[in-house]
Amino acid sequence: MQDFIPALTELYDKIKAAMPTLLDGLQVTLYIFAVAIVLGFLIGLVMALFRLSPIKPLQWISKIFVDAIRGTPFIVQLFFIYFGLNSLSFISLDNTWAGILTVAINAGAYFAEIIRAGIQSIDKGQTEAARSLGLDSTQNMRFVVLPQAFRRMLPTITNQAIISLKDTSLLSIIGVADLTQRGRVVVSATYDPFTIYLLLGIMYFVIIYLLSLLSSYLERRFVLR
Amino acid sequence: MSMIRVENLKKSFGDIEVLKDVSTVIEPSEVVCVIGPSGSGKSTFLRCLNRLEEITDGHVFVNGQDITDNKNNINKIRQDVGMVFQQFNLFPHMTVLQNITLAPVKLKKLSPADAEKKAFALLDKVGLREKAKAYPGELSGGQKQRVAIARALAMDPKIMLFDEPTSALDPEMVGDVLDVMKDLAKEGMTMVVVTHEMGFAAEVGDRVIFIDGGYIVEENVPKELFGNPQHERTKSFLSKVL
Repeated sequence: MQDFIPALTELYDKIKAAMPTLLDGLQVTLYIFAVAIVLGFLIGLVMALFRLSPIKPLQWISKIFVDAIRGTPFIVQLFFIYFGLNSLSFISLDNTWAGILTVAINAGAYFAEIIRAGIQSIDKGQTEAARSLGLDSTQNMRFVVLPQAFRRMLPTITNQAIISLKDTSLLSIIGVADLTQRGRVVVSATYDPFTIYLLLGIMYFVIIYLLSLLSSYLERRFVLR
Repeated sequence: MSMIRVENLKKSFGDIEVLKDVSTVIEPSEVVCVIGPSGSGKSTFLRCLNRLEEITDGHVFVNGQDITDNKNNINKIRQDVGMVFQQFNLFPHMTVLQNITLAPVKLKKLSPADAEKKAFALLDKVGLREKAKAYPGELSGGQKQRVAIARALAMDPKIMLFDEPTSALDPEMVGDVLDVMKDLAKEGMTMVVVTHEMGFAAEVGDRVIFIDGGYIVEENVPKELFGNPQHERTKSFLSKVL
């Protein structure tokens, strides 16, 4: 018991010392995640609509994009965008934007498939009813099909968002000062990988847990009727 | 001018020819019931009238406009042609009121306030005013179909198409829906009704069209078609359903 209290105090001090650095990193992680997920969702929506459009070349673009991204590792995509594209003289991306772009494009390919499946899952009678009233195909998508499809997609969208959030930790490899990279910095200063990486894991877990709570709240809020 | 003129309409799905050569004319305020065995092409015929099915060959004129001509705006033409489906196809994420006001508001036919006023008037007509704030999932089949009729009427169509409107309903719900359709017919609406309700066709129809094998086999006033069918196929079909 005598040894327990000092050990606890020591742990507390360690965490307290590490926290400011880790919270800086967390802020960067959340910023990158927020921008990348919005961008990724827009990419996914456009690619899904391309895929479902009657225009063949648009279908091809979407199919090639989705296959290329799904068929290659995230790290290779990251290196290609950060080192590969930057080696071209007319492109200059800092590591944060290269990271955001990679996460967005990667998530975009998966979102494209999720959104396509979501749209196709809506009964075609819905479209027929909308079109028979005189709504054009854009109005049908916007007011009738997409609102229903998004409710149905919410759980899968959350799932992909969680995967993308975890993918952001790989950006530490190209030197983005995210939560994982900050953690490594603290570890090299304290020589305590056990405590710091455990702490890092808990921080990621809490964020992801909050994300899934938000998702189930939204699911309840927009019950499919 | 006739409301609908169908000239040598043909419709194929891949290699299967569903409508082989159909021509007919529907006059304003006429109530035409289309009957025939399942798979005869009667629903396909109806769905060609507002181009929910792409027409393979021939012409369909609605209000004088050829809907097979891509120069004519099909969305505009459809605003004049209401349609009611077997499976209702109400928008489940919208209230009854929103279902009815969506098209008139988005297509700028009515202001939101006027569209709502009109929606309540139509709900009164189909006897469902108290369901305005309900979602389709909370309604019975018969109520859903009556809302679907109100939704189609909100665009002030000149023609109403009904695709087996009572086939998915429990028997005790059928009467309410048919009553609404009878009222419409009395008000002078031009109606084309694909139906298995021979009683309705006999009572309300001005003319009955019997379709089989992709052709109009016989068409006549109900009394003649039901009482004195001319063709063998009509006789054999009627002997099974009457």
